[in-house]
Amino acid sequence: MAIIEVTNLHKKFKDLHVLKGITTTIKQGEVVVVIGPSGSGKSTFLRCLNFLELPTSGEIKFEGNLITHRNLQLVRREMGMVFQRFNLFPHMKVVDNITLAPKLVRKTEPAIAESQAHALLERVGLSDKADAYPEQLSGGQQQRVAIARALAMRPKVMLFDEPTSALDPEMIGEVLDVMKSLAADGMTMIVVTHEMGFAREVADRVIFLDDGLLVEENSPDQLFSAPQHPRTQSFLSKIL
Amino acid sequence: MDFQWNLVWSSVPTLLEGAVLTLQLTTIAVSVGVVLGTIFGIMRLSRTPLRYLAMGYIDFIRGTPLLVQIFIIYYGVPNLLPRLFTTGIQPYVAALVALSINSGAYVAEIVRAGIQSIEKGQTEAALSLGLSSTATMIHIILPQAFKRIIPPLGNEFIALLKDSSLVSAIALEELVRKAQIVSGRTFRPFEVWFVVAIMYLIMTVTVSRIVSILERRLRVGE
Repeated sequence: MAIIEVTNLHKKFKDLHVLKGITTTIKQGEVVVVIGPSGSGKSTFLRCLNFLELPTSGEIKFEGNLITHRNLQLVRREMGMVFQRFNLFPHMKVVDNITLAPKLVRKTEPAIAESQAHALLERVGLSDKADAYPEQLSGGQQQRVAIARALAMRPKVMLFDEPTSALDPEMIGEVLDVMKSLAADGMTMIVVTHEMGFAREVADRVIFLDDGLLVEENSPDQLFSAPQHPRTQSFLSKIL
Repeated sequence: MDFQWNLVWSSVPTLLEGAVLTLQLTTIAVSVGVVLGTIFGIMRLSRTPLRYLAMGYIDFIRGTPLLVQIFIIYYGVPNLLPRLFTTGIQPYVAALVALSINSGAYVAEIVRAGIQSIEKGQTEAALSLGLSSTATMIHIILPQAFKRIIPPLGNEFIALLKDSSLVSAIALEELVRKAQIVSGRTFRPFEVWFVVAIMYLIMTVTVSRIVSILERRLRVGE
């Protein structure tokens, strides 16, 4: 079953045409990894899905409904997002970072939101950090809190925008492990990343974007071992 | 040299009364100014036509002398609306209104800069969690912005503490007006104005100390 349908998505920043007509469908439970050279539009593509960037034209459907300004907030609740730079709220403790949106948006009882937060922290391996402030955590720990914060809304889809790009190498593994366990639990995930190992191991499908176009999409096995398009071949030859 | 210490001591009680009024005026005006400034600072950043209203207010207040603003409120407004102000307007009320409106414009610019200094990622994270833009402003942006603008707000308080001396022009007996009275009575301007200067200095230095303590206390989570 399709959970997100993207049709002929264009995005222009003034004269810069970043996305030049992307069409693809994300199925329930699918893990899709988006790869491509920097400037290819992969982050912009991801940010268009929850309207952090407004599409210039084209349409995006979530569970069959066209996303508009009217239903945007409702759709965003269902789409968790994890950012390259974590974007935790620095003035709040870890536990408050996680409970804020459930309390405000889902009107969850504070006590229930809090016990959910503790369960999520345990899941990401940070049960002892509930009362810490984000600045007291390492990058990898902050990113795991950010994942827990997004999960607290019980989203149907998780969007990851280069979640390990701002991390020191020794912390990448702990974040990828959390993402792998999410995938194993059947979460629908769209991941923009340079971690080809993760793509190979976890992805159901890999999308290769170049110069604002969806050049090729296939299972990781097929795409990495037998890329069809010359641009995919040239990109993979540079990074593998 | 003829410096009369006894005159210094005898002038202190009267001048202190004035200093208390100065401090009171400034505190109330800056408090109202923070409320006005938050509202107009947010309006200034909005993409609605309200921002032109905010821009007009801020430009008018910052582009005209405070003394002129005080005169407009004290002399001008009752004259314009005689039915509303049959007995004129109390100097104290006029001073508070003028100083508050004035402070609001300066604080609006401080608040605007404070909001703009918060990384865009904070807003994006909040919106991506399904928060409305109002909830994002209240729960995410403003708490962080206020922490950052404490030092410039302290400066605004100190500036207004000194500028509030202008309300002496409408005969409100704050510190400078009291000094004019004492000085006229004793014919010892040096001693009197020397005490006045010291009193302003004590107030401003105390305020800046309090601000730096606050700043240090609130540094958690920066």
